[in-house]
Amino acid sequence: MHWVCQEREFFWLGGLSVRRFREAMGTTISAMVFLPLFVLIALIALARAEADGGMAILWVVLFAYIGWQFVDALAGWAEAPGVARLVAPFALGAVVLVGWEVIVRALDVPSVILPPPSQIAGTFTGNLPTLWADFVQTILKGAMSGYVIGCLLALGVAILVDRYDFLRRGLLPVGNFMAALPIVGTAPILVMWFGFDWQSKAAVVVVMVFFPMLVNIVAGLADTSAMQRDLMRTYSASYWQTLRTLRLPAALPFVFNGLKVSATLALIGAIVAEFFGSPTVGLGFRINASLGQLALDMVWSVIVVAAVAGSLLYGVLTVLERWLTFWHPSQRR
Amino acid sequence: MSARSGNRFGRAVLPVLAVVATLLAVWYVAVVPMNVKEVLTQAEREGAVVVPPSAAERRDAGRWSLVFTNPHLLGSSWSMDRARLPAPHQVAQELWASTWVEETTGRRGIVRSGSFSNRSLVYHGGVTLGATVLGFVIGSMLGVLLAVGIVYNRAMDLSVMPWAIISQTIPIVALAPMIIVVLYSVGLSGLVAKAAISAYLSFFPVAVGMVKGLRSPDAMQLDLLRTYSAGKAQSFWKLRLPASVPYLFASLKIAIAASLVGAIVGELPVQRGGLGARMLGGSYYGQTEQIWAALIVAAVMAAGLVWFIGWIERRTLKAMGAQP
Repeated sequence: MHWVCQEREFFWLGGLSVRRFREAMGTTISAMVFLPLFVLIALIALARAEADGGMAILWVVLFAYIGWQFVDALAGWAEAPGVARLVAPFALGAVVLVGWEVIVRALDVPSVILPPPSQIAGTFTGNLPTLWADFVQTILKGAMSGYVIGCLLALGVAILVDRYDFLRRGLLPVGNFMAALPIVGTAPILVMWFGFDWQSKAAVVVVMVFFPMLVNIVAGLADTSAMQRDLMRTYSASYWQTLRTLRLPAALPFVFNGLKVSATLALIGAIVAEFFGSPTVGLGFRINASLGQLALDMVWSVIVVAAVAGSLLYGVLTVLERWLTFWHPSQRR
Repeated sequence: MSARSGNRFGRAVLPVLAVVATLLAVWYVAVVPMNVKEVLTQAEREGAVVVPPSAAERRDAGRWSLVFTNPHLLGSSWSMDRARLPAPHQVAQELWASTWVEETTGRRGIVRSGSFSNRSLVYHGGVTLGATVLGFVIGSMLGVLLAVGIVYNRAMDLSVMPWAIISQTIPIVALAPMIIVVLYSVGLSGLVAKAAISAYLSFFPVAVGMVKGLRSPDAMQLDLLRTYSAGKAQSFWKLRLPASVPYLFASLKIAIAASLVGAIVGELPVQRGGLGARMLGGSYYGQTEQIWAALIVAAVMAAGLVWFIGWIERRTLKAMGAQP
């Protein structure tokens, strides 16, 4: 027990000297020293996880501390301010992954509670064909088809709402109300109507993305000034010409905002709908089935697939947005 | 005054009523084709002559064509038991029966037993509400703390913020069943496990919104405080925190809706009461009225919670001296 106290004292003193070291050495050199130190401690922690038992947690704390100092040093690097922005998220990711791995192995956490990342990675690469089939079933067939249909439907209704003021005053409050509701609860009903296959998942996604999209597109279509619309009128432009050349492009920032919100909703809808019944393929089915077998490494692999799909979709939307709404102030660098 | 209120009625209330009435009318009409096959099977069993006489032919026929070939047999469409689509008044009846009637006259109701019946939506709604609110409170408090950390610590901003944004793009609700099962196996069940999911779902929206809010004071305002030689703590309490209030409430509204979804999904794997359990139970046994009634209770609860946050928001902004 006495030894533990000494160890703690040691780390405390270490913290003081790290600060003094950074002040003395300047940013560039401290960053260059901390990076190899960061990697070295990660390797030591991973190697000594089983041998040190509970004490391995101290290695993790030290590792996180060095990571923090490394990022902090990088952030002050005047020569290349962008580097810290790029590196910092990866540093945190490394801290979380290494910490998770070391603690699970050191404390011998049973893998039915929390499998270590290495085991998850093994399961992931070992089951690529299964996971790909699940991805195709849930994301490509269920979520994407519903997403496209729901967004197009919302666009159509939004144009109707825009043309007829009565509809605007009637549908918009209803749409705003519906956008806040737990629409995912319609999943059991829609699964009953459209069967267990991807069609019912697409239907859930349509209902989920429709209202946020509607609200956003209508707000976007209203986002032109009277002066701009008057200009179109002096050109004797028709409603549709005005819509195509002025108001739809002006609505694009709002549309992309809605598209991004609905992209996540689409994935949630498709996965949760599978909890209410599905064929023997699909991300939601795999989560449920693997939970039944307490194969948590498989559940985590499915979550990795869902996370990658969500980030990819978001990334594609961001690129499209930058390309199509380059004129908008929020896109200026 | 009366002219203005009449105008307000015509401009704001009438269109909403018209849209809602249209939706209800569409629902009533849709009940006919949705239930036509079951209705015809039942009519045939009672001795009526159905136009395609064999069940196999009817299974392959279109719903609308069946409606038009047997218009005289469709009277029971709106009173079917376990209908594919129950009519609105059937849902209303189920709602009434599983709340008021169950509690006042049921054997396990509050009048006879002194506690809410486990067959009533009051009880199940309460179970879900408890988990939602507990998770929401924990999640938003942690979210605010993280936001303060992000705003005041450069390394945290650089490393945590990108992950907070990415986390908004991934369907974290997929984690819910696993969290429930894992917490169940370590001995935590029911309220705590569901609240953990709700907290997790409401955590990130609040953190992201609050960071935006705490950063909303512009350089001029921050400079002004610097000329007063205000410290970090003073500029936090007197400028940053008040400026963040509108952002906080906007994200709290999103968070409470997410929190409710989390609680409902969290009730799916372990069937221990709650609206999610009612929905899944209803879908197992084909009790569609039960699903619809649970759905409506969930909708009313979501609307009520969002309205409540909005009410606090108005009160707070008024107390802070904001112009309406």
